[in-house]
Parts: sequence; structure tokens; C-alpha cells
Amino acid sequence: MRNRLRVLRAERGWSQQDLAAALDVSRQSVNAIETGKYDPSLPLAFRIARVFGEPIEAIFDEGSEPG
Amino acid sequence: MAVPTPIRRYFVRLGVSMSVYVAALLAGTYLVQHALIRGPILWFAALLPGLALVGAFYAIGMLIVETKDEFLRMLLVRQVLYASVLAMSLATVWGFLENFELAPHVPAFYWAIAWFVGFGLGGWVNRLTLGTSGSCP
Repeated sequence: MRNRLRVLRAERGWSQQDLAAALDVSRQSVNAIETGKYDPSLPLAFRIARVFGEPIEAIFDEGSEPG
Repeated sequence: MAVPTPIRRYFVRLGVSMSVYVAALLAGTYLVQHALIRGPILWFAALLPGLALVGAFYAIGMLIVETKDEFLRMLLVRQVLYASVLAMSLATVWGFLENFELAPHVPAFYWAIAWFVGFGLGGWVNRLTLGTSGSCP
């Protein structure tokens, strides 16, 4: 699944650690999602959407490469 | 960053298990070699090292249960799968080799050791394929 996590994070000037803390997950998790190595569960995807204040479909879409 | 609590608990459980294992193995071996125990105490001495290793499996199981981070939990589950595939495959193939008298007998506890080797290899495969082996084990 493709995602815009890195872009959204950069727009806010957050580090991976900052985002990990906001999501209550490990920095490794954020890195794995950003690089497309791991697709988050639906509950985590909802948390990500809430943290960025965007709908899930604006962050994730079908595809093999991260955005 | 503070050490995650599940990891800390894992190390405590593993440390207790391994301490009991080493103590039970050394004491049991000494007592049996000098014929100092028999009957129910011998049974207890023979069961203790194995049960201590069961404690190590319990520690890993509880680490999976207590790890709330879904990505790190998936890494652990993958490690367990690699470990199980390696140990069960080796045990099965070796068992048939033994059955056909092509290989010497291997005590069953070696398959537990093979499992732990597989667990370590799983962490290495995780690092190669997913970029991290997780928080630690």
C-alpha cells in the first residue's frame, strides 16, 4: 500500500520519533510504514489519520510503493 | 528512551529460567553421577532442566502477548515461525534418518536448542527483509 506519511510528517517538521510518540508506537513502526515494508492495521491507520487530521484515503491508497 | 516494560519483563523471566536451567543441570548431573539421588527426587531432578527451558518459551510467549506495538509483535511472531519451521523440520528429517539407521540418536532436547537458533535467525531475517529485528530478542 502506498502512503504519504513521510510527506505529511515533513510538512509538520516532525521526526519519526515525534510521530511515533504521537501514535504511541515504536520509531521502527513509523519507519516500516513510511518505507512501505509494513501496512498498518485499520485501528492504527485510523490513529494516523487522526494525528494528521486527514481522512485515511488521503494518506493511504492502493499501490506498492510509498509516496 | 526508556526500555519498554515488556522487554524488561522478558529479560527477567528469561534470566530466571536460564538461572534455574543452569543450576538444575549442574546439580542434577553431579547428583546423578555420584548416585546421590533416586526415586521421586531423581524424577524431579530430571524434569527440572526441561521445565526451566519451558520457562524460556513462556517468556517469549508473554513477550508477544504483552508487546502492544503491532509491528514489533509481528516481528516476534515471524521469529517464532522461523524457529518452529527450522526445529520441526530438523527433528522430522533427523527422525527418519534415525529410523533408517543412517544417523545416530540425538536427544530430543537438542530440538529446543535448534528452535532457539531459529529464533535468532528469524531476527536476522527480519533485519534483512524489514530493516529491523525489533526491540531486541
